[in-house]
Amino acid sequence: MTTLEFRDVTKIYNLRGSGQLKALDEVSFTLSSHQTIGLVGQSGSGKSTIAKILTQLETPTRGEVLLDGAPIPRRGKGLRRYRQQLRMVFQDPFASLNPYHSIRHHVERPLRLDHVVPRDEVDAEVRRLLERVRLDPDAVMERRPHELSGGQRQRVAIARALASRPALLVADEPVSMLDVSIRLGVLNLLADLQREEGLGVLYITHDLATARHFSDEILVLNQGRVVESGPADDVILHPQDPYTRELRAASPDPEEFFRRRAAQTTGGAR
Amino acid sequence: MTDPLLSVRDFSVVYDVDPPVRAVKNVTIDIRRGEIVGLAGESGSGKTTLAYGVQRLLKPPAVITGGSVVFHDADGSDIDLHALDAEQMRRFRWDKVSMVFQGAMNALNPVATIGAQLDDVFRVHRPGMSRTQRRDEVVQLLEIVKVGGERRRSYPHELSGGMRQRVMIAMALALRPQLMVMDEPTTALDVLVQREILKQISQLRHEFGFSVVFITHDLPLLLEISDRIAVMREGEIVELADAERLWTDPQHEYTRDLLRSFPRLTGERGVVVR
Repeated sequence: MTTLEFRDVTKIYNLRGSGQLKALDEVSFTLSSHQTIGLVGQSGSGKSTIAKILTQLETPTRGEVLLDGAPIPRRGKGLRRYRQQLRMVFQDPFASLNPYHSIRHHVERPLRLDHVVPRDEVDAEVRRLLERVRLDPDAVMERRPHELSGGQRQRVAIARALASRPALLVADEPVSMLDVSIRLGVLNLLADLQREEGLGVLYITHDLATARHFSDEILVLNQGRVVESGPADDVILHPQDPYTRELRAASPDPEEFFRRRAAQTTGGAR
Repeated sequence: MTDPLLSVRDFSVVYDVDPPVRAVKNVTIDIRRGEIVGLAGESGSGKTTLAYGVQRLLKPPAVITGGSVVFHDADGSDIDLHALDAEQMRRFRWDKVSMVFQGAMNALNPVATIGAQLDDVFRVHRPGMSRTQRRDEVVQLLEIVKVGGERRRSYPHELSGGMRQRVMIAMALALRPQLMVMDEPTTALDVLVQREILKQISQLRHEFGFSVVFITHDLPLLLEISDRIAVMREGEIVELADAERLWTDPQHEYTRDLLRSFPRLTGERGVVVR
């Protein structure tokens, strides 16, 4: 069981010239293995700042981030071990893979760098990982990213993230750049892996519908503050905070839309 | 609303590469005056090729291989778009049919103020207007889309994504066209900003009476804003129906697949198998 805790994390950016931007304001939450947390909010709400702090690309101005109760090392082997425990899947599978390298290289590299398996087993492990994300190793291993579709590329990115056998995965809008018909496939794959590997997943998105279906719990972020949190269905179906309600009302919801329209047929505006 | 504005008949486009790709295959559709038609489909379904093709905006290797496009002008005349020469086509575009392109971030010129870019539209299409008249029009347009006239001196990078998209809409509205083609106009925006822009599009439509062809792969969104929806797959319109009918009683298997591929915000859980 691995547990990551954000404890009263505040992040203040100094702006050019004068002035400060409070990107996060005393944010607290706990992400454990075997659990999916959905992090929702609009652009500028602080979602990405949380991801940056999780990956130690930024450090909190105040507050702590604890892995199994201990602060995260700032450098050296300790930081590397931490990053082995927590991996990212980025939004844009066109930008997050190196166009110069083969798919094999992408998946192999974390295996070698983190000495996950003995050298003579690397090849077999690459195959295993690609099969894990339902790609045919023989068909894709020697190819380069541009030869694959967006969905296939995102699967490669997931295989790469899993290579170092992390306990936690941060998925920042992992399907928003993909075609609608393959989004569900990739999300379902992530859900399967989450369950089978016992991963803790932080699912960052502004899409309330997928957040609801994919997460156990949801955290709603507005201007750097957690305004509401709880079980996914409670937060989305019975939002308490005005901001969550606003988000919910703005999200397309054909079911509700046509129900309301049927209820007000008196005018027949359309 | 049965009065047609644009009649597309047996329209076909081929990308003349090896092997040739039939991107749009014998599409027939009427756009009625004042309606919002949603064009849904995945990347590669031909929806953008169709929308650009009817205005002859495609570049080689795309070739229009057949069909006709007729614009029924408000003054009563019918314009056969494929019979126009280059100069007539230039005059036609933006005046009768305008576009809001995908990604407002990239569609505006970063080194010109938005006022200057709006001014360009009038300089080119309304050469008779004086500088003062043009400035008044630009200010008025920016007011209509709620960016505010005082922002005409701003450069694109000084505006948020939502504001830039509003500027694009102002530009498309400038000559009071009868049809606006919108290609994924809100895809890059977050839900709150998206909702505001959609409200605005619908308000402007009521005010000015133009028709809209709205291209997106976001079917839930399309269901809420469209009068009718055309679902495209592999270059063909597989289903064309009123939005509500498409939702309650989809006829084509592919439409049903598309509808199923969206997790419902409030409906049954379990679309994502957990």
